[in-house]
Amino acid sequence: MLGWTLREVSAALKQGQITPTELCQKCLSLIKKTKFLNAYITVSEEVALKQAEESEKRYKKGHSLGDLDGIPIAVKDNFSTSGIETTCASNMLKGYVPPYNATVVQKLLDQGALLMGKTNLDEFAMGSGSTDGIFGPVKNPWSFSEQYRKKRKQKSHGEKEDSDWLITGGSSGGSAAAVSAFTCFAALGSDTGGSTRNPAAHCGVVGLKPSYGLVSRHGLIPLVNSMDVPGILTRCVDDAAIVLGILAGHDPKDSTTVQDPVKPFVLPSLTDVSKLCVGIPKEYLAPELSSEVRSLWSKAANLFESEGAKVIEVSLPHTSFSIVCYHVLCTSEVASNMARFDGLEYGHRCDIDLSTEAMYAATRREGFNDVVRGRILSGNFFLLKENYENYFVKAQKVRRLIANDFVNVFNSGVDVLLTPTTLSEAAPYTEFIKEDNRTRSAQDDIFTQAVNMAGLPAVNVPMALSSQGLPIGLQFIGRAFCDQQLLTVAKWFEKQVQFPIIQLQELMEDCSSVSENGKLASVSLK
Amino acid sequence: MAAPVLRWLCPGRRWAFARTGGCSYHRRGVPTASTSSGKRGQSSVAQQSLITAQEPRKGDREWAAVVGLEIHAQISSNSKLFSGSQVHFAAPPNSLVSFFDASLPGTLPVLNRRCVEAAVMTGLALDCRINKKSLFDRKHYFYADLPAGYQITQQRLPIAVDGSLAYSVCVGKKRGQAVARTVRVRQIQLEQDSGKSLHDDLRSQTLVDLNRAGVGLLEVVLEPDMSCGEEAAAAVRELQLILQALGTSRAIMAEGQLRVDANISVHHPGEPLGVRTEVKNLNSARFLARAIDYEIQRQISELENGGEILNETRSFDYKLGCTMPMRDKEGKQDYRFMPEPNLPPLLLYDSASLPAGADPQQVINIDQIREQLPELPSVTREKLVQRYGMLPEHSFALLNEVGLLEFFQNVMKETRAEPKKVTSWVLNTFLGFLKQQNLAVSESPVTPSALAELLNLVERKAISSSAAKQVFEELWRSEGKTPAQIVAEKQLELMRDDEALEQLCRATMEAHPQVVMDLKKGNPRAINKLIGLVRKATLGRADPTAIKDVLERQLSG
Repeated sequence: MLGWTLREVSAALKQGQITPTELCQKCLSLIKKTKFLNAYITVSEEVALKQAEESEKRYKKGHSLGDLDGIPIAVKDNFSTSGIETTCASNMLKGYVPPYNATVVQKLLDQGALLMGKTNLDEFAMGSGSTDGIFGPVKNPWSFSEQYRKKRKQKSHGEKEDSDWLITGGSSGGSAAAVSAFTCFAALGSDTGGSTRNPAAHCGVVGLKPSYGLVSRHGLIPLVNSMDVPGILTRCVDDAAIVLGILAGHDPKDSTTVQDPVKPFVLPSLTDVSKLCVGIPKEYLAPELSSEVRSLWSKAANLFESEGAKVIEVSLPHTSFSIVCYHVLCTSEVASNMARFDGLEYGHRCDIDLSTEAMYAATRREGFNDVVRGRILSGNFFLLKENYENYFVKAQKVRRLIANDFVNVFNSGVDVLLTPTTLSEAAPYTEFIKEDNRTRSAQDDIFTQAVNMAGLPAVNVPMALSSQGLPIGLQFIGRAFCDQQLLTVAKWFEKQVQFPIIQLQELMEDCSSVSENGKLASVSLK
Repeated sequence: MAAPVLRWLCPGRRWAFARTGGCSYHRRGVPTASTSSGKRGQSSVAQQSLITAQEPRKGDREWAAVVGLEIHAQISSNSKLFSGSQVHFAAPPNSLVSFFDASLPGTLPVLNRRCVEAAVMTGLALDCRINKKSLFDRKHYFYADLPAGYQITQQRLPIAVDGSLAYSVCVGKKRGQAVARTVRVRQIQLEQDSGKSLHDDLRSQTLVDLNRAGVGLLEVVLEPDMSCGEEAAAAVRELQLILQALGTSRAIMAEGQLRVDANISVHHPGEPLGVRTEVKNLNSARFLARAIDYEIQRQISELENGGEILNETRSFDYKLGCTMPMRDKEGKQDYRFMPEPNLPPLLLYDSASLPAGADPQQVINIDQIREQLPELPSVTREKLVQRYGMLPEHSFALLNEVGLLEFFQNVMKETRAEPKKVTSWVLNTFLGFLKQQNLAVSESPVTPSALAELLNLVERKAISSSAAKQVFEELWRSEGKTPAQIVAEKQLELMRDDEALEQLCRATMEAHPQVVMDLKKGNPRAINKLIGLVRKATLGRADPTAIKDVLERQLSG
């Protein structure tokens, strides 16, 4: 049952096949079992069990709150959760317990969702591997899958498997791993340059970055305010649509959310794509793109074409400037956003009390890792009076050009863009850390960050396994605020490709609560 | 106002009013032309001619000072600029702090409608152009009472620009003549106030109170059109009255609701402006003019001694009466301005541009605010002058004290006395008593009705003017009694008994034969002496004209 989709398990709860408490306990026990994945920073067991108890009461009375009532979820540890430690995987916020819930968290709780815990990430969401947080790297569940192990046995001999585990991608790697390893049915990530879609691609799950302004950022500890969006990680597109339906809408606490009312929606099952126009941006055919991803990308394009959709090559001419531009804008906002962490009101404070300035300096040196400090330094450089015009203003102009590229393409009649999400499948940790965070982020965000600069909705849909047995996903990009249309196309694609379910028998077998469920076994053995 | 600590003469006599409209400074000089008929911003030709006319000797060149102001006025509103926290003066420390005010991560600013309306209204009152689109920026600096590490302000595109503020300075022998001046308003911007740091030097610790953090401020930037402390103080005073009339700020300097930074430089007329310094945190009307005048003189003396002026931030030490460079390098900082990404552009509308079907809660209509503008102090003063034939300086004085105008108007309602007389009583006697006891108008023991009744008694010639003063003193001391009661108790009514007066006059003349002799010799002033003596004998209860009549009759008889 843990392998089910949110919608399936929700139906099971409604039919009384399982109670919220039973479901919660199963997830908790799997979380314990998969502790080595390091997906969770905090497991909020007590809170979850209490919520489950209340949910159970509601089901008994017949007034469940809806699709999410009794559903275990996880939240990235950069969303404020009232009474639950929120660390951003940083020494700076270790021990920080927010007094309020992020709007998105509150909305999920209001729907009766069970908060299993807070998931791991790169420190302050700065990274693309989920390797750079103080709690250590997140391990990709696929490292331990039957599919991957089988392939590895064929290739390598005598190599220690455990030492060669794969990264999840990031920065929402904990959330992606949590959903992928069946420890929850949906998780919140955040997406500033690809931080939801990238780990979704590496972990074989659906990762949705909604339109900027559709979902409240209130309570999300910011990386880049003008690009951050709460992300949704689920096992299928329909589930992402359910969660988006709950999260979307104006929040009086976030002035950048749109005022127009958003209605909850159910995705139609598209049967005919003949009226659809899919754009393939030629600039996304990067030389670094792995041949496997490239061939799956063209296979996907062919699939649309063969089903009657119009597939055309389009141009986003300013794509090549995107990463540099993103770097300037991102670090500038980081420099500004991180200024509040001074050790006075909350968070880490050093022991030095020679002067306020000395206290600030030592606190920030101890509290932030090299990546964060590096970005603060570059950002402040770009914001200096003498540099502002040459860097920040120029980057903003380029950002506008990049956003206009998308507008032009969509105005030409394209409904969605189809691109790779990542250059290749997940890398082994030992391989990944050969390059520094900055290099990796620049490489890995290549297909994803332009979308953030333009504020568009985009979703990673897992397509197939690589020759190594690892997931590869593709990205669909939609028109601003046409999230529903985007998901409709994604759902059609998902149905066509029938991405295989991760086989974690070895993990699951010990877990009696999981193995008693026949459905999982039957699906995963298919 | 106490005399500024200056090395030369005192204000008003020390400098000449240049034709640029401001005060100019003269080393060792005597005042030159002291009229100020010139209009602001006149061409340099006027300045040139001034210099030529003076034929300066070596080392005796004239100086002109240029003063610009940045004024921070706390907006009068129930809640803060970007959060729902309440705004109160003197609440217990850190009792009015929302999560946003404490900069808890993840919190976002939500703009307070009332603050925007206050800014628009102030902009309209200062004749500004209201920007239909304005933007917010972050200004970064690290300070213990700035929790976010940046202040949200409007650096690039403020809500109002290009206005003007008309004010008056008093000139002339008794400084009794009001001369009109204008200073251009460069811009009005909305921004957050910071918290307060309380330094405990004894324990070497700093205590932070965030109650003020995030309170809405209007920063009003006045162009450097002023030229001395007195002008700056007068401009600030006028702005204060306007803000109070609008209700957009309580603008009480003592409570920190109005704070002033001054930019000051000196130059020789006709030459480019000098390097300026900024004197920060001038938080009392009294020290504002003193600090500016000190700084002007300091700069002149520095330059004349071959020194140079540094572009620096200084503070005013009110105990020593001088400005000092500020130790922290706040003025030198690069604030690394950046657009505030969490606030969309602030859009305002007028009746013509208002989108159809817009939610009135979500839009601000400039025209609607214009209609709500109350009468401005300058208009009130003009009306006083026209309606009561009052001297302009008296109209200033009436508006200068909170509640005084209302008091005056209430007296006027109930008395038949001449406006001139009422003005004199209110501005001299009444205000004098208040000042002496350091009371506000609202704390006065004498009500407008009581004063009106008293003036009516004088008007009816029931009591003399001097008796009226006695009655007033008594009114001040013993609350509750009416003037009529006091007059009766103290027997202060004018003598109506001609017989008694005749007798007193006769007795006085008999007692002072020398004076009578003088009078008869033709000394015209002797009669006044006699009148005085008789009045004294009547305890001030006889009308001097009546006494004179009787005396003259008796003398001629």
